[in-house]
Amino acid sequence: MHAAVIVFPGSNCDRDLAVALERAGARVSMVWHKDTSLPEGVDLIGVPGGFSFGDYLRCGAIAANSPICRSVVAHADKGGYVLGVCNGFQILTETGLLPGVLLRNSALKYVCKPVELRVETAASAYTAGYSAGDVVTFPIAHHDGNYHTDPETLRALNAEDRVAFRYVDNPNGSVEDIAGIVSENRRVLGMMPHPERMAEPAHGGTDGAAMFAGLVDQMANA
Amino acid sequence: MKARVHIMLKTGVLDPQGEAVRHALGSLGFDGVDAVRQGKVIELDLAETDAEKARENVTAMCEKLLANTVIESYWVEIA
Repeated sequence: MHAAVIVFPGSNCDRDLAVALERAGARVSMVWHKDTSLPEGVDLIGVPGGFSFGDYLRCGAIAANSPICRSVVAHADKGGYVLGVCNGFQILTETGLLPGVLLRNSALKYVCKPVELRVETAASAYTAGYSAGDVVTFPIAHHDGNYHTDPETLRALNAEDRVAFRYVDNPNGSVEDIAGIVSENRRVLGMMPHPERMAEPAHGGTDGAAMFAGLVDQMANA
Repeated sequence: MKARVHIMLKTGVLDPQGEAVRHALGSLGFDGVDAVRQGKVIELDLAETDAEKARENVTAMCEKLLANTVIESYWVEIA
């Protein structure tokens, strides 16, 4: 499996994401935001966490309009896989690849701590390594992770089984405790918690490893 | 020519910052503030000299980048 991880000015989880994918067996290319095309034959694009462009204007808004993001959207439109974590999730909502938006945390504080999540669906390449109902612990580290969308979209997300993760104890005010969602074709996942920071024993836990192992496995068999 | 873009969260979208400001005003003794909504103002210096064209351009900028119309509304002043 060949993965590309996009690097924006201000990304700070790009290498973590690359290492997690590599340890799961993926070949990883780092791609700079000013590049206009992706390496040939990329299966998965990782949009990493961080503070792209200093969170100016709105989190993810400037990154979503960077040259490489046109290729990211084109990749997704062709049915390619895109994983957005934290700032990556914010960027994916700004591109329109995922519905909704991440507002300022309801308590107005930056929250940095491990949190429990419930896996809501195993029906995606990202969550195939889990069972629905599993409770996993991933770290969160964000100021704007309060997921918001209109009632109609919320109904669709629930009806189409597109909520991938919910917080067990909501840390940021997200509507219906939503921590991560998938696109209509289930190939784009955005989530605020960081699976790549809980992927090997030195991280203090390995709950995230199953996501990367599952992804590599699914794509090797595709 | 100058343009000023006003961006506000849409009605119904929770504004935790506005809410925090309302609380702070109350604790300073400013009674009777029922609600606070916080927005932003963006000023642009434009080479364009035709007001109608300027408005059209700035509206396109709002739709594409300056506002997130999922949660924000905007209005444009041309001066």
